[in-house]
Amino acid sequence: MKGYNFAYLDEQTKRMIRRALLKAVAIPGHQVPFGSREMPLPYGWGTGGIQVTASVLGQTDTLKVIDQGADDTTNAVSIRRFFARVAGVATTTRTAEATVIQTRHRIPEEKLTENQIIVYQVPQPEPLFRLESSRIETKRMHGLADYGLMHVKLYEDISRIGQISISYDYPVMVNHRYLTSPSPIPAYDNPKMHGMAALQLFGAGREKRIYAIPPWTDVKSLDFDDHPFRPINAAEACGLCGAEDSYKDEVVMDDRDGRMFVCSDTDHCEKRRART
Amino acid sequence: MTGEPIVAARGLTLSFGAIRALADVSADLYPGEILAVVGESGSGKTTLLNVLSGLTRPDGGTVTYRETGGLTRDTHAMPAPMLRALQRSDWGFVHQDPRRGLRMNVSAGGNVGERLMAQGARHYGEIRKEAVAWLEQVEIDPGRIDDLPRTFSGGMLQRLQIARTLVTRPRLVFMDEPTGGLDVSVQARLLDLIRSLVARLGVAVVLVTHDIAVARLLGHRIAVMRAGEIVETGLTDQVLDDPGHPYTQLLVSSVLQA
Repeated sequence: MKGYNFAYLDEQTKRMIRRALLKAVAIPGHQVPFGSREMPLPYGWGTGGIQVTASVLGQTDTLKVIDQGADDTTNAVSIRRFFARVAGVATTTRTAEATVIQTRHRIPEEKLTENQIIVYQVPQPEPLFRLESSRIETKRMHGLADYGLMHVKLYEDISRIGQISISYDYPVMVNHRYLTSPSPIPAYDNPKMHGMAALQLFGAGREKRIYAIPPWTDVKSLDFDDHPFRPINAAEACGLCGAEDSYKDEVVMDDRDGRMFVCSDTDHCEKRRART
Repeated sequence: MTGEPIVAARGLTLSFGAIRALADVSADLYPGEILAVVGESGSGKTTLLNVLSGLTRPDGGTVTYRETGGLTRDTHAMPAPMLRALQRSDWGFVHQDPRRGLRMNVSAGGNVGERLMAQGARHYGEIRKEAVAWLEQVEIDPGRIDDLPRTFSGGMLQRLQIARTLVTRPRLVFMDEPTGGLDVSVQARLLDLIRSLVARLGVAVVLVTHDIAVARLLGHRIAVMRAGEIVETGLTDQVLDDPGHPYTQLLVSSVLQA
């Protein structure tokens, strides 16, 4: 598009973000500060993810954008159109065809490959922020791998309600070293991060942090030996495609308590329905 | 006194601007003994405790810590991760205000279990069993394991802080006025508890107090501080029954007799 650099950001900014990305890949799970720019969308709508995507996107890439698993929600459509305009790259809704996937709140059901990069939008990169409000202190805790506090939180959950009550943004240990926020994906998606073939990049625009999980890295959800991690999902099958193993959204159908469970990953659901 | 000291301080100096908090202080602490540091407010007791426990860096002098294996390390020269590891396992710190040492928004059991979890304990049932055992040891009803500390009385809070500190069976505990702010009968029970726990676990303790009676009851040895200096040191009974330094004489004679 005329008047804009390829993929909106100027080359100097992209270079700065790529430097942060390289450092992030070199230290899996470690939060790297970066000079987050003003983007043409509000904080909380994916300013971090969009900057990371802009920096890794090449002319031959194919982009897929999902929001809560869906390709057809406002955010997903807007960001996809944005890059189609300012970068002129091909876009798709099919997981397998994409080379770069920007996501909010989900990991696609389909297994990602070594040729793909998944970019997460992150509102709060600090997994300890609800427990320790001081950034200086959390930085020290990361530096010394002093994560007893996070386990105290899990302990409190079990002693109060009998189970760990975190259903999304469930903290993980990356590469046996850094406690990391997986971004607000459902805990159900956590196991997909472990040993993933694709490169996982995380951008937090408002908080000005980038972190990464390189391919084939160990990612472990925190738990206790006698209270192991449980991915939580609706017990019912998808009302459209009948899938049982995919993550479901509950949709209210009418005002007489009618409700339905459907796959949150729209591409996965459509593909299954097309096959039958 | 058996063998080598577990903590040895040599020639510690520290000034806060014009205020001389520590002036050439040297002290030894032997395994399993309680060293009581007494003196009036502002005499440098708490500063000494902070320097010995690695929280505050002195202007001059050294503090060495002797590990289980016999290796000695300079407390203020060791790398931060090592110091932190010691502070959360082999050492303990009991604050005067238990609210500083406890997490007030975490249940009693979580408070006791935190140091275990920081050390890598990952079995909920065992952490809880250990917490129950420790609550019993410090005479808190185990039925209150899931209660928040803010529902506890001052004496219970202090006992909870002691349980939280001793759960990892430290070799060395720093106590800053552990009985301050408690009424006399609660104080007496707490002192009794500290004395029996410390004796049973064989912990070495540096106990800072302004209360001569506490020092006499708990301390094996005593160090009297005044204006940043240790003016007199020796066996507790000896020093308190026959004080040599005029300041110690003043301190001992100013204790109110009930």
